[in-house]
Amino acid sequence: MPRVVVDVMLKPEILDPQGQAILGALPRLGFDGVRAVRQGKRFELDVVDEMTEQTVRRIAETLLANPVIEEFTVHTG
Amino acid sequence: MTARIGIVTFPGSLDDRDAARAVRLAGAQAVPLWHGDADLHRVDAVVLPGGFSYGDYLRCGAIARFAPVMERVVSAARGGLPVLGICNGFQVLCESHLLPGALIRNAQRRFVCRDQWLRVDSVRTPWTSAYGAGAELRIPVKNGEGGYVADRRTLDALEAEGRVVFRYLRGNPNGSARDIAGVCNETGTVVGLMPHPEHAVDPLTGPSADGLGMFTSVLSHLVGVA
Amino acid sequence: MTTGTSASALDTVARATNTPDEPQPYAELGLRDDEYDRIRQILGRRPTAAELTMYSVMWSEHCSYKSSKVHLRQFGEKAPASDALLVGIGENAGVVDIGDGWAVTFKIESHNHPSYVEPYQGAATGVGGIVRDILAMGARPVAVLDPLRFGPADAADTRRVLPGVVAGVGGYGNCLGLPNVGGELVFDPSYAGNPLVNALCVGVLKADRIMLAHASGVGNKVILFGARTGRDGIGGVSVLASATFDDSGAPAKRPSVQVGDPFAEKVLIECCLELYDAGLVVGIQDLGGAGLSCATSELASAGEGGMVVDLDRVHLREPSMSAEEILASESQERMCAVVAPEHVAAFFAVCARWDVDARVIGEVTAVSPEEASRGGRLVVTWHGETIVDVPPRTVAHEGPVYQRPFARPADQDALVADDPARLPRPATGAEFRATLLALVASPNLCDKSWVTDQYDRYVQGNTALAQPENAGVIRVDEVSGLGVAVACDGNGRYCRLDPYAGAQLALAEAYRNVASTGARPVAITNCLNFGSPEDPGVMWQFERTVTGLADGCQALGTPVTGGNVSFYNSTGDTAILPTPVVGVLGVLPDVRRRTPMGFGGADGAALLLLGRTRPEFGGSEWAWTVHRHLGGRPPEVDLAAEAALAEVLVAASATGLLAAAHDLSDGGLAQVLVEACLRGEAGARITLPAGADPFVWLFAESAGRALVAVRPDDRAAMADLCGSHGVPWTDLGTVQASSTDLVIDAVLAVPLAELRAAWSGTLPALFEG
Repeated sequence: MPRVVVDVMLKPEILDPQGQAILGALPRLGFDGVRAVRQGKRFELDVVDEMTEQTVRRIAETLLANPVIEEFTVHTG
Repeated sequence: MTARIGIVTFPGSLDDRDAARAVRLAGAQAVPLWHGDADLHRVDAVVLPGGFSYGDYLRCGAIARFAPVMERVVSAARGGLPVLGICNGFQVLCESHLLPGALIRNAQRRFVCRDQWLRVDSVRTPWTSAYGAGAELRIPVKNGEGGYVADRRTLDALEAEGRVVFRYLRGNPNGSARDIAGVCNETGTVVGLMPHPEHAVDPLTGPSADGLGMFTSVLSHLVGVA
Repeated sequence: MTTGTSASALDTVARATNTPDEPQPYAELGLRDDEYDRIRQILGRRPTAAELTMYSVMWSEHCSYKSSKVHLRQFGEKAPASDALLVGIGENAGVVDIGDGWAVTFKIESHNHPSYVEPYQGAATGVGGIVRDILAMGARPVAVLDPLRFGPADAADTRRVLPGVVAGVGGYGNCLGLPNVGGELVFDPSYAGNPLVNALCVGVLKADRIMLAHASGVGNKVILFGARTGRDGIGGVSVLASATFDDSGAPAKRPSVQVGDPFAEKVLIECCLELYDAGLVVGIQDLGGAGLSCATSELASAGEGGMVVDLDRVHLREPSMSAEEILASESQERMCAVVAPEHVAAFFAVCARWDVDARVIGEVTAVSPEEASRGGRLVVTWHGETIVDVPPRTVAHEGPVYQRPFARPADQDALVADDPARLPRPATGAEFRATLLALVASPNLCDKSWVTDQYDRYVQGNTALAQPENAGVIRVDEVSGLGVAVACDGNGRYCRLDPYAGAQLALAEAYRNVASTGARPVAITNCLNFGSPEDPGVMWQFERTVTGLADGCQALGTPVTGGNVSFYNSTGDTAILPTPVVGVLGVLPDVRRRTPMGFGGADGAALLLLGRTRPEFGGSEWAWTVHRHLGGRPPEVDLAAEAALAEVLVAASATGLLAAAHDLSDGGLAQVLVEACLRGEAGARITLPAGADPFVWLFAESAGRALVAVRPDDRAAMADLCGSHGVPWTDLGTVQASSTDLVIDAVLAVPLAELRAAWSGTLPALFEG
């Protein structure tokens, strides 16, 4: 798994002012039909072959995401 | 003997010299603590100052939490060492799980710097004992990510246990839940707040001298302990 | 940018000598035929691709001042004698002795074009660049001020550009821990598509620890430290800063804009200050426009004259960069130091402590007398081959100098003849009221806190006054209270009507602002924002402006210490209003004596208007806001009266006579009354002199005036002081702290709440959300 992607999103119950701003701007730009926008972060990790998904998850929960307000998903391969 | 209050400098700390000045004005000795130095140099209390530690590029305070000095601060705080986290220092304390909750982007999505009214909601901490209950303070607030959030159970518990230390008055500058400006741990020794008491120690350079009380409070506390 | 180099055929000096006729893309790099011929003449051969890169970026308008040099000489020639000036024009920034062993350095620069292309990064890197100039003088940066100018406040493009610029100024400055203590926010249609983003930085140092950009001492090492070098702003200086935007509003070429990393700059500041404290630096230069080309050629030509640089040692962010890209890169947050060999290890240890990357990239070398006479010798190698071998002085200081033609614009006479006296004026109480409310709510006169609340004004704990006060006041010495006041001002409309007078009015206003806080003005810096120098009308504006400013500085005894010229500010064929922005530095022996502008602490104080009021409305805010009129003559300039007024304000502050003072400028007396009442929330009752024309007294913009509040007991002393300096004064009324109205007898009465609503609602309504 040389390239691992970790997506970090605010938990659904946490206010996301940036997502709200984008949602507010869309109709003004003529884009109707979007009900919700959440903004998140994407981390791309180039890792050694031996790296386990479990370790990546530990990296994510230790540093990349703050479990108090954020949740993450790990995409491998 | 003069109380020794440590001021931590991380790369990107900005208000460390201001915090040291406030400590000196209160009558204590300010002891500089370096982020890479896993030694608290026999200090009696610690201030984590404002700034943008390590650039705050990942999340505010997320990298500072892992600095060698923070391992010592965290274990000493669990042992009762008084710790005050101001702005970025509050963010570091939340990331370190010494304080509950987290700070997110301001609701208006802009950095805000203004003179802010606060109410002291708990005078039972070593950092607020010099204030009268319900005292109103005018202290600068300046942050881009100062919105305090926590889940409802945590917020309810904080309120029930009297651990909301400061609340914003006459306008919430950043969308913080329940107007919370500062909270403390279970024992009250660890306090974090977004506003900057170190910028309100002299009317010449701040809106008031209302912030000095936090530094004189801890001094009285330390004298009492000794 | 490519200059025809490929790995297979590295364009070495040897190859250039052997292929004299190889065509070179000098025109694409912005060089004219005669400029290219001069390079060939200097070198006695064609330049290599790397040399062509260096000359082209360093001989650009932005770096060489080729169109402005002949005029800027006046700043030196007419400079008043000053014992306080420790370093004058020519270094990264001027340095002024403020006493007690302290010195202050300050300078203003523009970042106009990058801020239009990418508002956030353009403005952020503008702050970063001027801060490094100040740092390179050996000073700790202690404050910034940002004069900003945009197109119409309600224009769609202003909504795109302004929030980004403001966030960029704040995002960078806040993260550096620099209090933002002043500036300007001005809207005018001429800045649409070409905002003016100027940044002024102030630094403090011990007078005996000035650093200079000298590569002295043969054998000393040249160290590049800070951020790694990447493809930021390649060609940005020559292409971006010197190319006019076309009619579509899009830049003709859109090169990569520099991206700032304020955290990297913050640690670089602390690292440099620690290096200076430890005495490890012989000479230092920041990297800004033209990157390494500029730093190496300027350092070498100011020192022994000789330097060798090995580009392979430069730490790259992108390994595939070519030598030309490395030489032209404008990656931010980098410095270049000259260090004695025995101090290199200690230098590296300090850098390591701050996690700052540092590499020895070269060495100071000896030059023969013959080489010295040609301008020294700078040799740059790449992959073991010599790709640059030039006299550095010819790169850094002997660029082309143009005597551009200039001529009074054809429309100037008609413009001046169009006197605002013909415009309808308010006559009834209701009309006065409506005029006042319209003016205080206008974008140029309204409350600017929507912008300035995004800037940290408290950090460092030495801010004794910040905007919206007359000037920013910073404490330098915590024990004695010694400090400085800084203000910057400009008025493009006045300059359009009369650039000579307009420049002096900008100088006078900033001078008056500084004096209003109680500080004695001692030195100035300037940022000259103009249209294309190839337009004779613009060049006439420029020549008149520089002459006016130089004459004004001579008359006031305040030398110009440095500054910046920004040409090619236009959209299509339309040049911006000629906009010199003047920064004035003043010294305050004890900042505890500073005079605030608000009436808040002045209950019962007598209000005196100092100076002479005349029916002057040319270029005024009233004529523009109410009638969209620009014509006539700007207010009369009387520098002797300005100097006398300043003497009174400084003396009155020193003796504690003043409860408040506010200088009069845009919007006149009415605007000053509103601002002073709302600052600290106190009403006032004004009675204009018998027989006075209330319109003239309230809205004229005559220069050389200030409103002061003095305790009733001090009124006689204040009047005596004015009399002894020949400053006319008029009793105007009193401050009434408990009143909730601004009352002007027989003219109008407006509740403060209504004034505040009008004044503070404008910017949020325009830019919120």
